[in-house]
Amino acid sequence: MNLMGENIVTEDGEFIINMGPQHPSTHGVLHLKIWLDGETIKRVQPHLGYIHRSIEKMSENLSYRNFIFATSRMDYLSAHINNEACALCVEKGLQIEATPRAQAIRILMGELTRLSSHQLWWGCTGLDLGAVTPFFYAFREREAIMEIMEETCGARLTQNYMVPGGVMYDIHPNFQKRVKDVMKQVKDNLHEYYDILTGNVIFENRTKGVGYLSAEDAISYGCSGPTARASGVSCDIRKWFPYDGYEKVQFEEILDTGGDCYARYMVRMREMSQSVSIIEQLIDNIPEGDFQAKTKNVIKLPKGEFYQRVETARGELGVYIVSDGAASPYRIKYRSPNFSNLSALDHMARGSKIGDLVAIMATIDLVIPDIDR
Amino acid sequence: MSKEELKASLTALLPTATFDETGEFLNVIVASGDMLPLMQTLRTNKEFDFNYLFCLTCIDWKDHLMMVYHLMSKELKHILVVKAKIADTVNPEIETVSGIWKTAIFHEREVYDLFGVKFLNHPDMRRLFLDEDWPGWPLRKNYVDENMIEI
Repeated sequence: MNLMGENIVTEDGEFIINMGPQHPSTHGVLHLKIWLDGETIKRVQPHLGYIHRSIEKMSENLSYRNFIFATSRMDYLSAHINNEACALCVEKGLQIEATPRAQAIRILMGELTRLSSHQLWWGCTGLDLGAVTPFFYAFREREAIMEIMEETCGARLTQNYMVPGGVMYDIHPNFQKRVKDVMKQVKDNLHEYYDILTGNVIFENRTKGVGYLSAEDAISYGCSGPTARASGVSCDIRKWFPYDGYEKVQFEEILDTGGDCYARYMVRMREMSQSVSIIEQLIDNIPEGDFQAKTKNVIKLPKGEFYQRVETARGELGVYIVSDGAASPYRIKYRSPNFSNLSALDHMARGSKIGDLVAIMATIDLVIPDIDR
Repeated sequence: MSKEELKASLTALLPTATFDETGEFLNVIVASGDMLPLMQTLRTNKEFDFNYLFCLTCIDWKDHLMMVYHLMSKELKHILVVKAKIADTVNPEIETVSGIWKTAIFHEREVYDLFGVKFLNHPDMRRLFLDEDWPGWPLRKNYVDENMIEI
């Protein structure tokens, strides 16, 4: 089998070329095998597993407190939200709820994560399509958010801040002031994002009408997050199945009907403003009280099955725990958003040019460790 | 449809099906041979209209394997979990649902890779993460890895 394989020309004049696993635009170790007719893509076949760690198997041997931290390494740009999903699922099994203060902190941290993730995506999309400057603009604000994370959680990327019942420790005394400063900075600078990239002729030509995905196909392929919302599919878990008090904050579910790369781009851009709005509603209204509900030292879930879904920066993350009453899960399944979104790549890319594949991958916003798990 | 209505319609459709209502969602447990016709009805019948398969996985219960399909209807906003029991753990086989929901193409390859369940009529039945010659099925409970260190 031609796995790592060479590039081949078949008898009927078809090119088969390999893109990745070390390709700058795959943002990680994704290996695509591409069937070409001239420059036109006939078929794309992803080869996965370069960063497969079997987090599901590992979790079966870890306690209900410990397995949460392995999930920071799945979608490392949404580490907070991954942890939150697991914490919520364990809470569902224990039939407890996080304290009001913890819920507010969770939403704040979740939205800061979403904002920083979208900023990184915006910078990298520019980079992939040949514009280097956006990357520096995006990292200016992202760095400030990372510093807030570092101050409160002690880590910048894999924060491990969510625990069953709440958050691990209280927010840093500087938290509120710094978040307000950063939000002001983001709001002042967001128009620059549009000025640099959105109206650019080269950018528009490379994204408009490229990588079309219909609403029906988006649902059939199980797409979620901005990828599906750009095709007009309402799928925001924060609206559909609110968790941690999302029903109390005002925000809009961003939908677009374009279905192409440009629509996916615009959905994420508009989502940034929504995240800012959610943070501003909550930052001065964090309830007083405990930051963690009381739980037993050794958590044991009752026999049964528990399913929890949350909205990460990339879409719907589902955590499915099957418990047999022991101190570690009997079976755990992560339904990751990137995995399903990637499965639609072949469908989106067929018929477009090979250069468009980079634009399509950039706007699906793939994070490879979340696909391989 | 509410849980009760779903249960009543499903009982009329498939009298042999058993139900489990202890969890958050309604669970319907069917034999592996009944699964595909039921799924086709659930997708095409406008009364059910389950157009979104949001999770597909397998559980190893040692004496049998259980396929788990989480279904949702975006329009009618109801959720159903279909479980299909596979009694044969040596050569487990079941029909594919990738013809109904395309997301199953990848999800079933993942289940094949980690549990060894063969999906009949699947368009591309290969392992997804591991090499083709990897010994054993890692997520099975009887899988032994010599290099694993127990803490």
